[in-house]
Amino acid sequence: MKPAPFEYIAPESLEQAVEVLVQYGDESKILAGGQSLMPLLNMRLITPSVVMDINGLDELSYIRQEGEHLHIGALTRQYRLERDARIRQTVPVLAAATRLIGHPPIRYAGTIGGSLAHADPAAELPAVMCALEVELCVVGPSGARRIQAVDFFRGALDVDIRPDELLTEVRIPIRQNVMWGVQEYTRRAGDFALAGAIVLAEMEADRWTNGRVVLFGVEDRPLRVPRAEAVLTQQVLSDSQASAVAAAAVAELDCHADLHASAGYRQQLARVMVKRAYLDAVAMWNEKREDTAGSA
Amino acid sequence: MQPQRRTIVTTAVNGTPVEALVDVRTTLADFLREEAGCTSVHLGCEHGVCGACTVLIDGLPVRSCLRLAAQATGHEITTLEGVMQTECGKTIGRAFVEQFAMQCGFCTAGFVLSLYHLLEGASEPITDRDIHETLGGHICRCTGYVSIVEAAKRLRDQRTCRGNS
Ligand SMILES: Cc1cc2nc3c(=O)[nH]c(=O)nc-3n(C[C@H](O)[C@H](O)[C@H](O)COP(=O)(O)OP(=O)(O)OC[C@H]3O[C@@H](n4cnc5c(N)ncnc54)[C@H](O)[C@@H]3O)c2cc1C
Ligand code: FES
Ligand code: FES
Repeated sequence: MKPAPFEYIAPESLEQAVEVLVQYGDESKILAGGQSLMPLLNMRLITPSVVMDINGLDELSYIRQEGEHLHIGALTRQYRLERDARIRQTVPVLAAATRLIGHPPIRYAGTIGGSLAHADPAAELPAVMCALEVELCVVGPSGARRIQAVDFFRGALDVDIRPDELLTEVRIPIRQNVMWGVQEYTRRAGDFALAGAIVLAEMEADRWTNGRVVLFGVEDRPLRVPRAEAVLTQQVLSDSQASAVAAAAVAELDCHADLHASAGYRQQLARVMVKRAYLDAVAMWNEKREDTAGSA
Repeated sequence: MQPQRRTIVTTAVNGTPVEALVDVRTTLADFLREEAGCTSVHLGCEHGVCGACTVLIDGLPVRSCLRLAAQATGHEITTLEGVMQTECGKTIGRAFVEQFAMQCGFCTAGFVLSLYHLLEGASEPITDRDIHETLGGHICRCTGYVSIVEAAKRLRDQRTCRGNS
């Protein structure tokens, strides 16, 4: 038994959960998959007086398509994101990025909402949310609020959720003809990334439009890089663009240094990850073109 | 609905009902060792990294150090003790011995449970990547891993598990 003493409560509905939060607010901690919270409790890095277990809220576990959006409930387990047929079809980058999280036993327990609410600077899912321009829904005593992903992540382990609110859902816009790549560098398989990148763009007549470049693990939150997106967008697609996009992505980067990597090394890794992710997206497009040519 | 300091856990461990009154901060790992007598559950790191405490909850491998005993009510738990009663579990045990895939044995229960889940649960052919991904969630200080990977590949090729088909 490692955590400091706390009291435990397991509400059976969202309404009850909000009531508990209203009553205990800052003193309480929400327990979802426990893959970030339990280590913090075990190491006594946090000592909440109440732990509220939301695993009984089945109403927060779903993946469904509504029009041009995919709605995912906050309690949906990460392994379902990897395998769900609709996700693989409509937003495959989410499935691929999720598979980079920890190990299978972590993903069987961990939830999408937990990863987003925890907001580790090196986590994959917050970066995917920024790349896909997702809207997050939180619910509190005064009702629901919707927040754009880029505004939701405010810093390391800091998000726009008040102490009496829960994250309930993410809404992902589904776009057509999206080419993408996600790459990260870890010291061992399953570790948090030292640096990672997502490159994503829609393809129209051999030109990238609506390009997005997001870095993770390099600053205190996922970082969209408009400068690199500008280089990416409206270019004729080609391998030779890769270095230019990558250079633009890290030009103004202010990486943090820690035990595992100096700022300079991290910046270099970030540059290489952008380049690889870009090349993956190009390869995806080439493959698709060959497929269409072959079947024509 | 009131927050509690102690709670009654009602669960099934390897098919046997277990009920106990515990402090709510008790982890599932400690509950399994102390209340259910499953000492195959080993605690290495207690923050999810080493894999030694892995058990199956409703058939899925998860870290028992990162779960509260209170969360086990209404769920079925399988530990190494349970898996070793099955044909698949025994086959894995034999392969580990034959391939020298264990030395001190501290990590072994975790490896066997994750492997059991992979071999029994796969709906598609198991690739080398699947094997590496599965074993990658476990740390072994003794073997150097190669022998464990070999045992896993041999088990895949033997096809004794996979619902014994
Ligand atoms: C060995 C190991 C390796 C890992 N590797 C990675 C990795 O490579 N990449 C990565 O991204 N993550 C990694 N993780 C963390 C993992 O992804 C966690 O699952 C995730 O960060 C938290 O999700 P959870 O559901 O487990 O949440 P919990 O741990 O239960 O909660 C995390 C935090 O979010 C809050 N919270 C949870 N749900 C809600 C909600 N609905 N509304 C408001 N607040 C909420 C909690 O109060 C807590 O503060 C790893 C974890 C381990 C143990
Ligand atoms: S003791 Fe649970 S993963 Fe190490
Ligand atoms: S056999 Fe000793 S740790 Fe794996």
